[in-house]
Amino acid sequence: MSTTQDSVATPANTNAAGKNGGVATFIDDRLASANFTKRLLDKVFPDHWSFMLGEIALYSFIILLLSGTYLTLWYNPSMTEVVYNGSYVPLKGVKMSEAFSSTLAISFDVRGGLLLRQIHHWAALFFVAAISVHLLRVFFTGAFRKPREINWVIGTLLLVLALLEGFSGYSLPDDLLSGTGLRIAQGIIQAIPLVGTYVAMFLFGGEFPGTDIMGRLYSIHILLIPGLLLGLITVHLIMVFYQKHTQFPGPGRTESNVVGFRLFPIYMAKAGGFFFVVFGITVLIAAFVTINPIWLYGPYTPSQVTAGSQPDWYIGWLDGAVRLMPNLETSLLGYTISWNIIVPALVVPGIMFTALGLYPWIEAWATGDKREHHLLDRPRNAPTRTGLGVMALTFYMILQIAGGNDVIAAAFNLSINSMTWTFRFLLFALPPIAFVITKRICLGLQRRDNDKLLHGYETGRVLRLPSGEFLEIHEPIGDAEKAMILGKADVIPLELPAAVDANGVRNPKAAKSIMRAKLSRWYYSDVIPTPTDEEMLESANHAEHELHAAQSNTKEIANH
Amino acid sequence: MALNKRHPAALFAVLAVALGTTGVAYAAVSNQTTPKVATQSETQVEQGKQLFLEGCSSCHGLAAQGGSDGPSLIGVGAASVDFQVGTGRMPLAAPGVQAMASMPSYNPEETAALAAFIATLGIGPAIPTQEMLDTSDAELALGGELFRTNCAQCHGASGTGGALSQGRMAPNLMGSDAKYLYEAMISGPQSMPLFSDQTLTEQDKKDIIAYVQELQKNISPGGATLGRLGPVTEGLFLFIVGLGVLIVSAVWIGAKSK
Amino acid sequence: MNELEHPTGDPYGAKDGKDLVSGITVFPMEPHVLRKADIDPRAARRAERQVAAMFTTSSLMIILFIVAFVVIPNTTIITVPVIGTVNANHLATGFAFGMAILLIGIGAIHWAKKLMPDVEVTQDRHSLTSRDDERQAVAESFARGKAESGFGERKIIRRSLLGALALFPVPLIVLLRDLGPLPGTRLRETIWDKGIHLVTDATYRKIKASDVPLGGLINAVPENLLEIEHDEGTLNQRGKASIIIVRMDPAEIVSQQGETWDYQGILAFSKICTHLGCPTSLYQQRTHHLLCPCHQSTFDLSDSGNVVFGPAARRMPQLAITVDSEGYLVAQSGFDQPVGPSFWERG
Repeated sequence: MSTTQDSVATPANTNAAGKNGGVATFIDDRLASANFTKRLLDKVFPDHWSFMLGEIALYSFIILLLSGTYLTLWYNPSMTEVVYNGSYVPLKGVKMSEAFSSTLAISFDVRGGLLLRQIHHWAALFFVAAISVHLLRVFFTGAFRKPREINWVIGTLLLVLALLEGFSGYSLPDDLLSGTGLRIAQGIIQAIPLVGTYVAMFLFGGEFPGTDIMGRLYSIHILLIPGLLLGLITVHLIMVFYQKHTQFPGPGRTESNVVGFRLFPIYMAKAGGFFFVVFGITVLIAAFVTINPIWLYGPYTPSQVTAGSQPDWYIGWLDGAVRLMPNLETSLLGYTISWNIIVPALVVPGIMFTALGLYPWIEAWATGDKREHHLLDRPRNAPTRTGLGVMALTFYMILQIAGGNDVIAAAFNLSINSMTWTFRFLLFALPPIAFVITKRICLGLQRRDNDKLLHGYETGRVLRLPSGEFLEIHEPIGDAEKAMILGKADVIPLELPAAVDANGVRNPKAAKSIMRAKLSRWYYSDVIPTPTDEEMLESANHAEHELHAAQSNTKEIANH
Repeated sequence: MALNKRHPAALFAVLAVALGTTGVAYAAVSNQTTPKVATQSETQVEQGKQLFLEGCSSCHGLAAQGGSDGPSLIGVGAASVDFQVGTGRMPLAAPGVQAMASMPSYNPEETAALAAFIATLGIGPAIPTQEMLDTSDAELALGGELFRTNCAQCHGASGTGGALSQGRMAPNLMGSDAKYLYEAMISGPQSMPLFSDQTLTEQDKKDIIAYVQELQKNISPGGATLGRLGPVTEGLFLFIVGLGVLIVSAVWIGAKSK
Repeated sequence: MNELEHPTGDPYGAKDGKDLVSGITVFPMEPHVLRKADIDPRAARRAERQVAAMFTTSSLMIILFIVAFVVIPNTTIITVPVIGTVNANHLATGFAFGMAILLIGIGAIHWAKKLMPDVEVTQDRHSLTSRDDERQAVAESFARGKAESGFGERKIIRRSLLGALALFPVPLIVLLRDLGPLPGTRLRETIWDKGIHLVTDATYRKIKASDVPLGGLINAVPENLLEIEHDEGTLNQRGKASIIIVRMDPAEIVSQQGETWDYQGILAFSKICTHLGCPTSLYQQRTHHLLCPCHQSTFDLSDSGNVVFGPAARRMPQLAITVDSEGYLVAQSGFDQPVGPSFWERG
């Protein structure tokens, strides 16, 4: 059925151009912006809640910029020693850096200062959390496929930059907890073979902690990385606007269109409203829930430490990796290679981020799929990709939980030693199990989808035939659901090349091509094709006949 | 037989019996409620020894010399006993890696008796006096510095406790009495090391206690504390509550309206 | 009729119910269902009032914010159920500000959902691939430019340019040289030396051997640490020279890192974890194990500080101690190895 068209410009509106047009005319007279503006205002975006996860990240970034700017008005990144004389009594007379002292001043002597600090810190946690769930959504729906690979790479870079930004940010108060983390970071850098000690000395202006690092972290945190983030986010958004957003399969949705609502006014209201919702929730959480109470940790000094020292959540997986790694170190010819530090802190994240960034090409090469994709995959329809994703997520989650092993041990009366061994084992045992289980679940869901297409859904109403047979009545599913299920594109695995051609000449590239074709087949294994039109028709007819026959001379047995 | 024919000493005999009965009865009753001062220490130590033999010697040995089930108590001092028994850690309810604080099995009087007994076995730290626990002249800031230097690595900077090796733990201090804090420092219970009064003086200990008491007030200017456990609980809250609320909002935004 | 639909009723990009690109079955758009506010003007007005109420309350919240900010002193503490004992100014201003912002958002979304037309619209995607002739034109322009520049034929220009451009960023790296000193012997040295007294951390008192109890733990630093000013790097030295002193029954000492490095069962070890540099000092007196809270490296102080668990690869360096003429603990010498985390040149 056709839909009603949204309203186009009525005669009344044409005068609006003259009335409101002051600013618009000024700009258009200089930039010929009318065409661009019209396209922008009319742009259609698809509507699904999972498309808003990236927005949470964007809005959190804006909140960070805003709250961060305010904090710079009071924070002092100097490591000069001062004697505290502010209003927090338990630290009066204690020696500390200006950085810590100014942070205490913000928390206790500037009205709204603690609110600003907590808004900023909660927003930072939201920022990385939103990036992560957004990444998962994009991954599991296959939105990174051509033509969006570049945006995926930009996204990976944004994630890495966000982690660095967060780490540098929470180290700025120079408190005992973050300072301990900074010491660990310095130890990791120092352990890099060949250049480690030099890089560490240069970064800290000498030994740890030195007197330079706060100022340097400050310029990294307020200038360098925000600049890079801003630039990359802008490109990221422009790409989404230009390439248009992907959409789930559904009624009226094809690879060549976008179905949804226009930017103006719907999305301006919804997305703009969502910005205020994200902002408002962040402020409310900052008002009601403490985060990073630095006055309890005290100023950083390298001879003190607190039990339960953890980094902010998004670095937790690295902490876990470092905790789980066995104590392997090689000493050879006067040189030391600390595998116990290099592997978990440098090699593992290096591999993870590289694999993440390159994944679109890895999958494209493995499957041989060179097509453009604007319709998303339901995760169940790409079992291998979903399985790999769940496997990686499981690996990550075990590292993450291991990072908090001492807090968990203290809370639940467990042994940290047993936990460490258990996690070491699970780190390698669980991911393959998760992969297999995920694939089976995807298969099950696909079969159920096909079942629904062919036989409809079970109504729970049971008929009893005179012959004594029981029949459950199935109703056909609605068009919307049919459209969703049938939106599964055909998969075309690579052809297995012949080892020898027609003339018996051996193909030199045969081995590699055969391996690739097998990989492609494996990638697409467990993708069950949807029923063909003929099968669906036949099944529908069959069901109708059955129902017809059953309904004459029968008693319906109500059943729930 | 005449009714008046009583023995002249009969009256004295009756009086003597009456007085004697009353006296013995009174002594018997009063002995149970108020032991006479002159023999108090003897009685208390005796009582303590009896209680020890009944309830503690099976693990700590008949002469408190220790064994495979429990360490020697010779020289641990009254402070150690007052701490362990007073907080209900001892007697150990069940064998385990860590003795946990619980409802005390002995009342204060019995606890004092046990402490007095153990104190006779060897020189050890005494139960702190009220004056030693008076924090009115304590330096709060120095107490914080000492706490973060000597205590935070096991008990956490906010005193909420922490994990040690093999399932042992440094407990949460938020409900601890000043007396027990002092006694723990001076007697080094279980895994905890000892802090003698020469290296952490009485004044140092007072400062630390004052700081712990400040922590116990649980003043949290920025809002709910989430247990003062650091980034772990902050991250959990973020994902479960924070992101949960935002995702629910996103679902609401995207849902069709009626 | 939607301008992007085919005369057959197919959506744009589909023919006979099949997607032109992917071949999947495409169904037409669902019929639009009107909302209550579309049909019933009273429902519409109600929705309108709700939205306006939210915006108005938001403004009132701003007033509440200003009042709370000005009126409530920043030192007022109040106890609120569930939340705890909190700063009143913080709570009030945060609540007001947060609600003000949130209500704008909820109002705007409510407005869009209830009142703005929710008819789904389709829009075509433009091709993200240029036509062959367009690509050809680019190739031609590029070829023209390349030919005009002479970059291809003029080899010596090309080579010398690439050389210059490759070297041009070098000053950017060389300028970083003075970020810090070269490592030198810094990581191998601490301020410990023969005769330096061990003093208690935070209170800086000398320690008599007789004052150290069995099962005791003392966090200590060298007495000459106090002579180093903050801007001369006192924290740097503290980060290497901090030690712990423990005492155990000499019979329980299985091994040490040197002959008679202890004093009557009193042992001194570096406090700085050999894994990544956290200060350890979680001394468990009954097992003599030293635990690091950061990554759970565990060292057996009765057995030369050897690693018994966790990611640390090297044992905790021991400091040889003895007493001076008055009975105070002093170092016999400095450490015999670098303290703290490993590094490439360590040996």
